[in-house]
Amino acid sequence: MEAVREEGTFRVKSGHAEMLKGGVIMDVVTAEQARIAEAAGAAAVMALERVPADIRAAGGVARMADPTKVEEIQQAVTIPVMAKARIGHFVEAEVLQALEVDFVDESEVLTPADQAHHIDKWAFTVPFVCGATDLGEALRRISEGAAMIRSKGEAGTGNVVEAVTHMRAIGAEIRRLATLDGSEVAAAAKELRAPLEIVREVAANGKLPVVMFSAGGIANPSDAALMMRLGAEGVFVGSGIFKAEDPERMASAVVEATTHFEDAARIAAASRDLGAPMPGTEISALEAEGGLLQNRGW
Amino acid sequence: MPLVGVLAIQGDFQAHAEVLRGLGAEVREVRAPGHLEGLDGLIIPGGESTTMTLGIEREGLAAPLRALVASGKPVLGTCAGMIMLDRLHLGLLDVTCERNAFGRQVRSFEADLDMPGLGGTVRGVFIRAPWVTGHGEGVEVLAQIEDHPVAVRQGNILAVAFHPETAGETSLHEWLLERAQSTNGRQTG
Repeated sequence: MEAVREEGTFRVKSGHAEMLKGGVIMDVVTAEQARIAEAAGAAAVMALERVPADIRAAGGVARMADPTKVEEIQQAVTIPVMAKARIGHFVEAEVLQALEVDFVDESEVLTPADQAHHIDKWAFTVPFVCGATDLGEALRRISEGAAMIRSKGEAGTGNVVEAVTHMRAIGAEIRRLATLDGSEVAAAAKELRAPLEIVREVAANGKLPVVMFSAGGIANPSDAALMMRLGAEGVFVGSGIFKAEDPERMASAVVEATTHFEDAARIAAASRDLGAPMPGTEISALEAEGGLLQNRGW
Repeated sequence: MPLVGVLAIQGDFQAHAEVLRGLGAEVREVRAPGHLEGLDGLIIPGGESTTMTLGIEREGLAAPLRALVASGKPVLGTCAGMIMLDRLHLGLLDVTCERNAFGRQVRSFEADLDMPGLGGTVRGVFIRAPWVTGHGEGVEVLAQIEDHPVAVRQGNILAVAFHPETAGETSLHEWLLERAQSTNGRQTG
């Protein structure tokens, strides 16, 4: 009997996110950085032109990475390679799928291409991860076909406070749903602006129907473990690795702390003598400039 | 019921734990050598094989994992778990694997596999999956895709290139639990 292969099913897409659990996904901008990330134990890398801290500094329109850069990184490592497309820019996503990246991040870190629509992710074979600041946003992305969610935080700041805010918001809303009766769940779906069917599923199971990571501001091993303790199933570290003084050691330490997130002695050991982490940014300073990335997407 | 460890360095260890608990087993997540004590069986889950290899090395888990298997405890490895068991890694399973053999994620797929003796038809989810490129005489091939072995058994070790745990399949876990109960530490098979 020869097996009939079904590619691109939701189970195959969300299954890939399952395999990333307990892992660290690191932003890289060169093949050399990708090799460092892989050697440190990253579960995947995110191929980018610039890390978020530099995107912030550079200003202007941030777009998908050059295909040559993506391919250089794909050739440098055997772990999964992700890449970012602009919100709503389905052609960038198609290009990334044609390049056979393993995951597309429809990301607020890049400049949005559409002010009203996110990408119809059901139309793709490649899985998507999307950012969310609250439960409603997460469920809207899932209803559009996202196979993985990451709490947004505030990318490029090295400041974990917004990641904590978003992860706590999502967790609290999930816990509240679990206390509601049937008609209250229907009302909650309206408030969340999310499909009733998915809201019911979350209320019944007490968790999202897909894997949820945390992102945006994680800058040391304790930050990674904190997000795991708050319910993240893994972490994205953007600028936090390669803006640190010693990227190799920081990368290995964050990986170790993510595995042993409940063991403070292990996190302490991993945190020793790492050199300086990336310099952080106060969120209020960015707010004053109207420069919060988390407000992109809806 | 038996106490089964699930290697929890990285990967889909929770999916395996849920299947095991659903079958009535006690489950312990294994992140360090001390967590292996008193186990009746072990699962090495899917995940990133590079991450898992580095984690096993960092934690000093290779020798105690080999000792557990040598004592006759049954092991199930899925996807990256199969790679961890092969000749190049823990060396517990007399096979050589090719990583990501089916291609990148866009080539990942699910399919029904005919596995007589293990529940008949098993739904397999193949995520950037490996296949077996070579194996010794003591290894029984249980399923193939296009002539590539994707499920093998050697004594008390069952290894598959796919993920039964994300497809709601329980027959492989049932095999593990039966073995875990019957061996009681004695070498069989």
